Amino acid sequence: MEEQEEYEPLIVAFLCNWCSYAGADLAGTSRIQYPPNIRVIRVMCSGMVHPNLVINALTKGADGVLMCGCHPGDCHYLEGNLRAEARSEAIDLMLVDFGLEPERYRLEWVSASEGDKFAKVVTEMVEQLKGLGPSPYKM
Amino acid sequence: MAGPVGAVMVVGAGISGMQSALDLAGAGFKVYLVERGPSIGGVMSQLDKTFPTNDCAMCIMAPKLVETGRHENIELITNAEVEMIDGSAGNFIVTLKKYPRRINEERCTGCGVCAEKCPTEAIDEFNEGLRHRKAVYVPYPQAVPLVYMIDKEKCIGCGICEGECKAEAIEYDEKEKIIEVNVGSIILSPGSSKFDPSVRSEYGYGEFKNVLTSMEFERMLSATGPHLGTVVRPSDGDIPKKVAWIQCVGSRDKAKGNTYCSAVCCMYALKEAIIAKEHFEGIEPTIFFMDMRAYGKDFEKYYNRAKDEAGVRFVRSRVSGVQEDPKTNNLILSYVERGEIIREEFNMVVLSIAMNAPEEAEILSHRLGFDLNGHKFVKVELFEPMDTSKPGIFVGGAFAGPKDIPGTVAEASGSAARAATVVASARETLTEKKEYPEEIDVTDQEPRIGVFVCHCGINIGSVVDVPGVVEYAKTLPNVEYVCENLFTCSDDTQTKMVEVIKEHNLNRVIVASCSPRTHEPLFQETMRQAGLNPYLFEMANIRDQCSWVHQHEKEKATEKSKDLVRMVVAKSALLDALQKGKLPVTKRALVIGGGLSGMTAALGLADQGFDVNLVERENELGGNLRNIHHLLTNDDPQKKLEEIIGKVSNNEKITLHVGSKIEKIDGHVGNFTTTLEGGEEIDHGVVIIATGGVEHKPTEYLYGENPNVMTQIEFEDKMTKGEIDLSKSDKIAMIQCVESRNEERPNCSRICCSEAVKNALKIKEKNPDAEVYVLYRDIRTYGFNEDYFQDASEKGVIFVRYDTENEPQVVARKGGLEITVKDPVLDEVLKIDSDLLVLSVPVLPQPDAEDVGKMLKVPLTKDNFFLEAHMKLRPLDFATEGVFLCGLAHGPKFVDESIAQAYGAVARAATILSKDEIEIEPTISHVVDENCDGCAYCIEPCPYDAITLIEYMRKGSVKKTVDVNESACKGCGCCMATCPKEGIFVWKFKLDQLNAMIDACLGVA
Repeated sequence: MEEQEEYEPLIVAFLCNWCSYAGADLAGTSRIQYPPNIRVIRVMCSGMVHPNLVINALTKGADGVLMCGCHPGDCHYLEGNLRAEARSEAIDLMLVDFGLEPERYRLEWVSASEGDKFAKVVTEMVEQLKGLGPSPYKM
Repeated sequence: MAGPVGAVMVVGAGISGMQSALDLAGAGFKVYLVERGPSIGGVMSQLDKTFPTNDCAMCIMAPKLVETGRHENIELITNAEVEMIDGSAGNFIVTLKKYPRRINEERCTGCGVCAEKCPTEAIDEFNEGLRHRKAVYVPYPQAVPLVYMIDKEKCIGCGICEGECKAEAIEYDEKEKIIEVNVGSIILSPGSSKFDPSVRSEYGYGEFKNVLTSMEFERMLSATGPHLGTVVRPSDGDIPKKVAWIQCVGSRDKAKGNTYCSAVCCMYALKEAIIAKEHFEGIEPTIFFMDMRAYGKDFEKYYNRAKDEAGVRFVRSRVSGVQEDPKTNNLILSYVERGEIIREEFNMVVLSIAMNAPEEAEILSHRLGFDLNGHKFVKVELFEPMDTSKPGIFVGGAFAGPKDIPGTVAEASGSAARAATVVASARETLTEKKEYPEEIDVTDQEPRIGVFVCHCGINIGSVVDVPGVVEYAKTLPNVEYVCENLFTCSDDTQTKMVEVIKEHNLNRVIVASCSPRTHEPLFQETMRQAGLNPYLFEMANIRDQCSWVHQHEKEKATEKSKDLVRMVVAKSALLDALQKGKLPVTKRALVIGGGLSGMTAALGLADQGFDVNLVERENELGGNLRNIHHLLTNDDPQKKLEEIIGKVSNNEKITLHVGSKIEKIDGHVGNFTTTLEGGEEIDHGVVIIATGGVEHKPTEYLYGENPNVMTQIEFEDKMTKGEIDLSKSDKIAMIQCVESRNEERPNCSRICCSEAVKNALKIKEKNPDAEVYVLYRDIRTYGFNEDYFQDASEKGVIFVRYDTENEPQVVARKGGLEITVKDPVLDEVLKIDSDLLVLSVPVLPQPDAEDVGKMLKVPLTKDNFFLEAHMKLRPLDFATEGVFLCGLAHGPKFVDESIAQAYGAVARAATILSKDEIEIEPTISHVVDENCDGCAYCIEPCPYDAITLIEYMRKGSVKKTVDVNESACKGCGCCMATCPKEGIFVWKFKLDQLNAMIDACLGVA
């Protein structure tokens, strides 16, 4: 990266298939624009994402990790999203151990009709990460 | 005579029609699903959220839309109407008129460029006219089929779309078509229509800009609505502060609307008020109502939440008029409260408009030859709630009467079962099973990946440098072949793909285009045609999640596309070929409970040719219906019961176990074994729970102490047997909601208001001079039962409301009872001298429902009714497959509702029993025994109880490990994310596959 160029953070995002991935698709069909800093990995449920995956991404150079699931009560698998929520607390603690700022990991509920919310979340997170600067693990 | 035709036509493709179609197609029948509009989904597709769970309507409905759209045995016929029918039950010829879409349904890829370029605007009906759409359009973004349509009224014929459409799908000259379809039975589910509130001119709809209908407000709340979920005043675009809902606009309105109650408006008004407040804390919602009819499962709790937590204000008063302040466009509502006329200003008014019969009701009735009732809905009998007057034609959903979504879905399944009965002997005669070439074993092959990059007309290609992505993909590891296509999903490209796969010996395929949610099944189908395992397919979403959302950042969008392709290439190399598991099905059902619901379910299954074992622990069949001696309709319940018991007892398909209790139930979907007390074992493939309910025995109001105090059922019994002389005991009081709608039992029991009205009318029939008082909190005679309430009022039954703060007081007097109650309207204390006091008490679940729940591992609600898989869309299913529910075990309900649910459970069960074996998705959990140390951390997180800890002998010592029940696992992966040892994973989402994507994304591979 050249010095004068603004730093562009890279976000790895895990989106559950049933709500959040559909919400991200809806942002597309509605042509809601958001920054191109995000790389989506589709998973069946936010509850299937192992904390190690999040830590791997962050320690291998991702500037942020975004996890999106169904709103509580909407989970296709009854309560996988609540598992993801509980695990997020553990992930927050792990961030401290790895010397990472808490803003680098974010959990959000995005429903299939919330294309605007998905775009907003991504936009906000990109802004926030720009403020933080590149990940200390960035090679 | 030839047998019936193994096909069913479903007319109307809202949630009701879709459910009927899916149940029938899933049970081996060909279905023609006919829809008037250009796409399916009906009213539910317009809803923002649904009560009482506040689920997002589109989130829960979209999977059903997609499943309906791509089911191999459902043929969608959109823009079409029934012209005429010929023939009779078992063999109808239906003539349809299909109106031109002016866009070729096969060629259109739904890319939307036509609408983007179209210069002409039209009113957007889907958004209730609150915004514009183009003259070429789809009603909503998730529409199925995703095919555009030209609105011929608005199209100016400029030809721009024809020029822009790369798929060459525009057909301006398309003409009407006449289609003839041969089916054995027909289900009508055209839904309802909306009451026009301008008829009630005192509310100012159409005149004052800030007076909206409830559906207009619903669209405003929706994230896909006219203002992306923001509630604004049409007059000035401001967010309103004070919003008023006016209930019963066109309902319970003899003068200008319908006499009946529309059954859903109280709940949707509550929902809209709660959600509006959630969206904008500053909104102050007020609901003006007569009776709050929160009668459904967990509805009363929702009402309480609105009152106590969400800050919704309730005013029990009928608004007499709305005026506008011309300066502010605010609205001044006039109403009477405690005898005073009040004028109050609001910023916005929402009219809860009635549900009318569908516009085409009369024309359908005329063309198909079935009867309507006085309200122009389909005329049905209480004991045959899905049968029209014409044999072979059935009804589902709101066309049989206003109802909510769970009622609609249950009834839609019910009508599917009724329709299936006609054509059962022709099952599997018209359905198709596709043949595929033998699958190539790629296990030992090195990955040879083919990447197909799509332009999607100009949707991707105008933003992303597609040739650049192609060149880049060629440099990636394991990639053997890359090409670009104008439309990868078009028929000709599919044919080409099969050839390319064969020619280049590809063993993994990637399409970089749109969303796997909509297109993965199509491409997986192509894989199978090329002899490849469909699980060796992956997609990169470079349209919905790239070119469409980064339209102004072409270079960055191209970089992102390359990254996304690199990530799936990395995953693709690690994919496994997966096979669907198969389990044989025992074609026999177990029905638990021999009341009306259980017997109806058993008969419904037997009528379709399935064997049934019906277990009833009492010594005789009949359940609660044995206690019912008369009904609001003229039906004789005891005569009906006798008929039903006779049919059940004489049906050779039904094995009865009366006076038997179940000891245990083992197994899972397709293969259960139930042991009865005494040791008899029954093998069966499905279970229907119809354990019923019991009348609560109260402790208040001198019940059990004074012989003149009794419950409604006890009163009905004594009155029928002549033990009560109504010429002497001619002063009768009834108290509603006894020990119900309180802290201990927060829910409403749904049927008691109508039951009180029924018994009050019976008293008046026997002795017109009798004095009957009904002390109530809200009269909840929803739907058509409202007419009986009005009838009772007109016949002189006196209805007196009471508040929970001032519950009636009862004192025994010589020869009778003295009841005092404070009338909150008149603010006066009334004294009623009465000979008898009849208590309306709640319906409770069977006390041992919990035991049945535990045996089957299915959950119960807090008040111990069974808890279905989903309150809205799966009212008769459980999360545990193969177990179904109906009748009072689900919650209090009427005879017709129980019968609808019972047949509904039959249709759901038939989707399993009709198959020789059931397929299991392979993308489920798998244990890596060498990594698993039996720590069992994964057991508790599993939402389906699919994991068990086991021990076995390995190399002379005990090895602990976990075992996955493949028929219970749904592949959510909660186990995988919990395991500290990589001892369990979900196929296609293995840790190494996901890690490979991360590494590829970050360029550290």
